Amino acid sequence: MSVITPIRTPAEAGLIDLYKVVRNTLPGTKATLKHRDEAFAVIEAAGLPHRRVEDWKYTDLRNLMQEAPPLAARPHLAETDPAIAKSKAFAAVSGARVTFVNGHLVTTEAIPEGVEVTPLAEALTNGHPLLARMGGPEVARDNAAVALNSAFVADGAIIAVADGVTLEEPLVLRFINTGTKAFATSPRVVLAMGDGAALTLVESHEGPGGVGYHSNSVVEIVAGSSVDIAHIRLNAEGDRALALSTLMVTLGADAKFASTGVVAGGHVSRHQVFLAFAGERSVATIGGATMLAGKSLADTTLVVDHRVPGCQSRELFKTVVDGEATGVFQGKIIVRQHAQKTDGQMMSAALLLSEGAAMNNKPELEIFADDVVCAHGATCGQLDDELLFYLMARGLPRPEAEALLVQAFLGEALEPIALEDVREELTDMVASWLAGRAG
Amino acid sequence: MPAVQETVERVKAIDVDQYKYGFETEVEMDVAPVGLSEATVRLISAKKGDPEWMTEWRLDAYRRWITMREPTWSRVKYPPIPFQDLHYYAAPKKNAAPKSLDEVDPEILKTYEKLGIPLREQEILAGVEGAGSRVAVDAVFDSVSVVTTFKEELKKAGVIFCSISEAIREHSELVRKYLGSVVPVTDNFYATLNSAVFTDGSFVYVPEGVRCPMELSTYFRINERNTGQFERTLIIADKGSYVSYLEGCTAPARDENQLHAAVVELIALDDAEIKYSTVQNWYPGDSEGQGGVYNFVTKRGDCRGVNSKISWTQVETGSAITWKYPSCILRGDNSRGEFYSIAISNGYQQVDSGTKMIHLGRNTTSKVISKGIAAGKSDNTYRGLISAHRRASGARNFTNCDSLLIGDQCGAHTVPYIESKNASAVFEHEATTSKISDDQMFYCMQRGLSEEEAIALIVNGFVKDVLQQLPMEFAVEAQKLISISLEGSVG
Repeated sequence: MSVITPIRTPAEAGLIDLYKVVRNTLPGTKATLKHRDEAFAVIEAAGLPHRRVEDWKYTDLRNLMQEAPPLAARPHLAETDPAIAKSKAFAAVSGARVTFVNGHLVTTEAIPEGVEVTPLAEALTNGHPLLARMGGPEVARDNAAVALNSAFVADGAIIAVADGVTLEEPLVLRFINTGTKAFATSPRVVLAMGDGAALTLVESHEGPGGVGYHSNSVVEIVAGSSVDIAHIRLNAEGDRALALSTLMVTLGADAKFASTGVVAGGHVSRHQVFLAFAGERSVATIGGATMLAGKSLADTTLVVDHRVPGCQSRELFKTVVDGEATGVFQGKIIVRQHAQKTDGQMMSAALLLSEGAAMNNKPELEIFADDVVCAHGATCGQLDDELLFYLMARGLPRPEAEALLVQAFLGEALEPIALEDVREELTDMVASWLAGRAG
Repeated sequence: MPAVQETVERVKAIDVDQYKYGFETEVEMDVAPVGLSEATVRLISAKKGDPEWMTEWRLDAYRRWITMREPTWSRVKYPPIPFQDLHYYAAPKKNAAPKSLDEVDPEILKTYEKLGIPLREQEILAGVEGAGSRVAVDAVFDSVSVVTTFKEELKKAGVIFCSISEAIREHSELVRKYLGSVVPVTDNFYATLNSAVFTDGSFVYVPEGVRCPMELSTYFRINERNTGQFERTLIIADKGSYVSYLEGCTAPARDENQLHAAVVELIALDDAEIKYSTVQNWYPGDSEGQGGVYNFVTKRGDCRGVNSKISWTQVETGSAITWKYPSCILRGDNSRGEFYSIAISNGYQQVDSGTKMIHLGRNTTSKVISKGIAAGKSDNTYRGLISAHRRASGARNFTNCDSLLIGDQCGAHTVPYIESKNASAVFEHEATTSKISDDQMFYCMQRGLSEEEAIALIVNGFVKDVLQQLPMEFAVEAQKLISISLEGSVG
């Protein structure tokens, strides 16, 4: 291998030009600008991550990101209202709502007592005290998607939940993208949970079909001790979208965290989860269901960092790949030297439904403590012929038999969702995806 | 859960300061000047009596090597290797083409005796050595093959077993056809270095339909100071043949690091089977992490024919650094690859090992069983790739890798890559002990075995199958290692 000096791709060159133009117009203090410059330096130095970069081995962003579209401006009322009206995700779910259009916070509804929502643009300009807690766990440092978000973030929200506050109804974050020409959004949400606080956070990401827009969202959860968080995330981005998203979680002691993600949209999508246990005896359950068709690619990348003793993590990811699509799962459990009595289990299962489908699995363990129970598993295959035969012998036509098996397969990942109407909506989504496939 | 006491004691018994083969042999050596250049490559080539095409092959590799950089992706740390401060050729002086054992330097014979390697055919036949097992041995001392036993008897069966330098001279056509066809010259940094300067190693050709009448083995010994050992092994199993090959290695205890960069190529044609077993016991360095062998090895088998089979078994206890991934390219339809590994690291050892199973043909199957045990301040990584290409319909893989940590100063890591481009390929990867077939477990436990005993029985039964093929001197050590309890193992 000789020394390779990378030639800048049009997207890389575009990002550099774009950053020069927008760096002085984006909101924030001098400190913010310094932070943006540092983040962008990561991209400028190394370029977009490519397949020789281990963490991006299966999602070659340098190749997949063809251009650097302009940042979406704050939309006018005339644009936001129809876009919000068109939004379908979790419409039936009641609760507090924070709505972002093209990455800008536009409305907040029914915010209960004990919860404070500040638009991020305002917080950056005025120097909000919670900004100090931004940045995510150590394992997310130098991540290219997070760095891009940090450099280009224009708005978002800081949500503070006071100590001991329990939200009866869910808090819904709606990220709605709208436009007819390619654009880029980089919203960021910081959720600071006080000790003993509890809530259900529902997140939806939607966008127009046929538009090659880029979305790159980051949600950071910084939680104190004894919190109870249920998180549900839906990716229903447009069929040409390049959707990067990151969830960063730092948990205090005795905390409970459960997250379920459903990927049903986007041309290229990558969802990253970085979770760090900072307090003992906490439990995290992370899972997801991914449905892929056409020539799309969906990547789920997960790093769980056991920094302290006595925590438990469970991960279960299910992927169904149809058409010529590619599924990716990269999971890593790190157990630090002093994190004894750790219990970590990770499972990734994939079903390939068609000849052109592909799946790449990389379930990693990195263990430095000797008194732990850690396990991982990964399977990849097609539908079991015997099960199909069983159902067909009972009179079900093949497409229905297949749909039933796939639904059961994905259903396992949705089971942990406690909110019934949310779970039903997502289950229906799986059913209609399967119906669309059969049709 | 933590490791059981019995396991802790067993691992301790093979700790780095217990290394038994660290003695040095005093023989006069013929050593190439320090450093690597085209002149060194030409010198080695001349010493080996290479034909011209071989010299060119080496030079081509050298020219490519100088443009390459050392790979850094593995989880091993070491100071830069001073490639220009090493000797690339060292041979015992008195070993100028010995015709019989009587001409070999007695000091060298003593060395092998001490190591328990039988080199005297007659004695073995007469049972003087008491070993009883008949194994043909190719003994490699630093850069040259000292002696190859049972050559005549093998010749009667049509099997060619000799040092690679002899093969280059006498079976030029065969070597030219297959050398570098599995591990290309430019495969990786160390393989390219090896291609330029390899000095000796074994060559095996088993003709069509022949079942090799005895085990073949090579015993490698690094003796000289500041030398690198670069061996090259090429094994070809022609249609319908079978061969089992073993490899053992040791080195004296020195406070400097020695470099070992080998390349092993296996080729199995239609219906052929190759079993390749390694007991790697290079000097691991002392308990302070001083010295030890850097072991950078490229091993790859090519199941070129239909219904062919290649199986790798490795017991890794030595070396300061181990960097090796014995792999199988499953090209022929219905071909089969297997990888069984036990890697134990102690002291400051670093192991980054695993396998690649590349499914190209239809209905190809592979099985990977890996057990890593880390103690002391060592790091033990399993790194494996299982991939199915578009054409590999019906490919099947089962992987199980367990690791065990003894103490809180060491690390165990698992980095599996599972890539499937074919819907009918079925891949299963697991790293939990509870996932061995429930039926088998139920069967054993119903008969009164505890869960732990049942797991040990099933996994050991599995590995023993292959390990029992090892000759006595290897088997004893290997058996000891596999009896290590699985209790407390993590993924």
